[in-house]
Amino acid sequence: MARATDTATPPAATLSIDDSRPAQLLLTIAGRLDLAGASALWQPAVEIVAQRQPQRLQLNVAGVDYCDGTGIGLLVELERRTTLYGGAFELQGLAEKFVRLREQFDLDRLRELPSTRPAPCCLPEATGIAMVKTWRALQALVSFTGELTVALLAALKQPRTVRWRDVWLTVEKAGVDALPIVALLSFLVGLIMAFQAAIPMRQFGTEIYVANLIGLATLRELGPLMTAIILAGRSASAFAAELGTMKVNEEIDALTTMGLAPVPFLVVTRVLAALFVTPLLTLFADLLGLAGGSVVLLSLDYPLVTYIHQVQSAVSFGDCLGGLAKSLVFGIIIAAIGCLQGLRAGSGASAVGDAATRAVVSGIVLIVIGDGVFSVLYYYLGI
Amino acid sequence: MELREQIIQVEGLSAAYDEQTILDDISFSIGRGEVFVILGGSGCGKSTLLKHLIGLYRPTAGRIFIDGENLVAAHGAERKALLRKIGVMYQHGALFGSMTLLENLCLPLEEFTDLPETARNLIATMNLSLVGLADYPHHYPAEISGGMRKRPAIARAMVLGPQILFLVEPSAGLDPVTSAEMDELILRLASSQGMTFVVVSHELPSICAIADRAIMLDKTSKGIIASGTPQQLAHSAIPQVRRFFARQAGNG
Repeated sequence: MARATDTATPPAATLSIDDSRPAQLLLTIAGRLDLAGASALWQPAVEIVAQRQPQRLQLNVAGVDYCDGTGIGLLVELERRTTLYGGAFELQGLAEKFVRLREQFDLDRLRELPSTRPAPCCLPEATGIAMVKTWRALQALVSFTGELTVALLAALKQPRTVRWRDVWLTVEKAGVDALPIVALLSFLVGLIMAFQAAIPMRQFGTEIYVANLIGLATLRELGPLMTAIILAGRSASAFAAELGTMKVNEEIDALTTMGLAPVPFLVVTRVLAALFVTPLLTLFADLLGLAGGSVVLLSLDYPLVTYIHQVQSAVSFGDCLGGLAKSLVFGIIIAAIGCLQGLRAGSGASAVGDAATRAVVSGIVLIVIGDGVFSVLYYYLGI
Repeated sequence: MELREQIIQVEGLSAAYDEQTILDDISFSIGRGEVFVILGGSGCGKSTLLKHLIGLYRPTAGRIFIDGENLVAAHGAERKALLRKIGVMYQHGALFGSMTLLENLCLPLEEFTDLPETARNLIATMNLSLVGLADYPHHYPAEISGGMRKRPAIARAMVLGPQILFLVEPSAGLDPVTSAEMDELILRLASSQGMTFVVVSHELPSICAIADRAIMLDKTSKGIIASGTPQQLAHSAIPQVRRFFARQAGNG
């Protein structure tokens, strides 16, 4: 009758059932009533009581030589079940040493068990909560933007107050360390795009214009956008996790009580670093993207000089500058969103993960929106 | 001292981080049903010793017997079974923040038993009520005070019915009243549940209140400098031990 559980000690508890008398049930439990024993007997014992619903349940435990919390749990459960349908319960032969254990539990309090999950809230309530949360997030974004602007202006006025050591450290982590991945991705995207374009264009003998395509697309769009998205994945999440952990560890509170506001102290350094590295990385990405395109044209037997000339004639310095201007804004967005989400992190381990996720997601969304705004702006400005 | 069956035996345990030796050849044993306190100043290796006892770290030398079996040499299922005999309450509770207190207690029951849901629920609730938290099943750990958080952590450590319960600094950072309540809780559990308690602590009032026996570790000798009942330690011939205990009068 005893089922094997995954516990190490074999269940050594036994249950015997005597229902010879009408409206009465005698259960005898013996042996070792620990987690393994109690788990093995739980289902059969509870089931027989639920089936028979005897007016009187006698539970004889004189043969129990060991009993722990789980064992007492089984006894309590049988008593609880019996009294719930109005039956009488009698516990016989509980050894003296286990009586104290049993007495610690108040059956009245255990009659109604709490559900394992709190009641789910209804739709209007959930909608309201979500709206309030969104509203607060918006408020936080606006006030953070203001605070950051003030702090950046203050840093501009008095550059000596900025902790440049931290800025250079972040420049290294977010910029220099990102070079390989930015290089690889830009090169590959340039190469793939050129390859895809070269196949149909070759049918018309216009494959030399692949250089125009790569030049314009990379300098104006893909260079800045790819760099920004890579940085959002690498650095916005890192900022959010870093500041989020500091928040959880009360380090932010410590800074505040020292009189160091977190925004100038932590955020400005990161935003300045991002401001510095994003255009540089973008320039690097532009170069590698063009190099990727050149590989395709070289394989189509065009000399490198032709490719370079074609690119030079297709793109202007303004195209490159426009891309770099965009990347400056992207840099601010990435660093600011990462820091904002970190500072807004709740408590607990999952809060840091949530903050990092929000930083990446909202960072990428804002970058793409910003890119759209720039496209419209450049169109009207004729750039 | 009455002779009890020994549940933990440590023989010639040495521990080191990289090159730095923390514990050097220490031996002691803990009797079944005892409240045993490991005490000592900061940095003397209390936590290191505990982490070896609960199998988180491997010692550089020595053997640790839990219920007669060597934890250091045990592997696989044998080791798992051995670790199931112990429960641990970490200093800050280490409750899972994304789960309610009840869910925190239900988790080990769900993973290690095939009890039906009502049974798990009942056992979890019983254990919560043991530590006086039956009214807070749906609270998240962040929603109860830091001092209170140690209680569900004890309940969670007990929920699988371990034979040995390790408590790390159960009364550190608690106010005197809450600290005394924690001592009472430990004594009540020790007397009613028949479990062995191994407590790492440096809170003198609580050590004196709960300990059947204690060992004191020392930073310079990297070993045990004194062992015995709190009374014996307080009147020890070793000046360091006496100084440690004399602070109590100064503070209290």
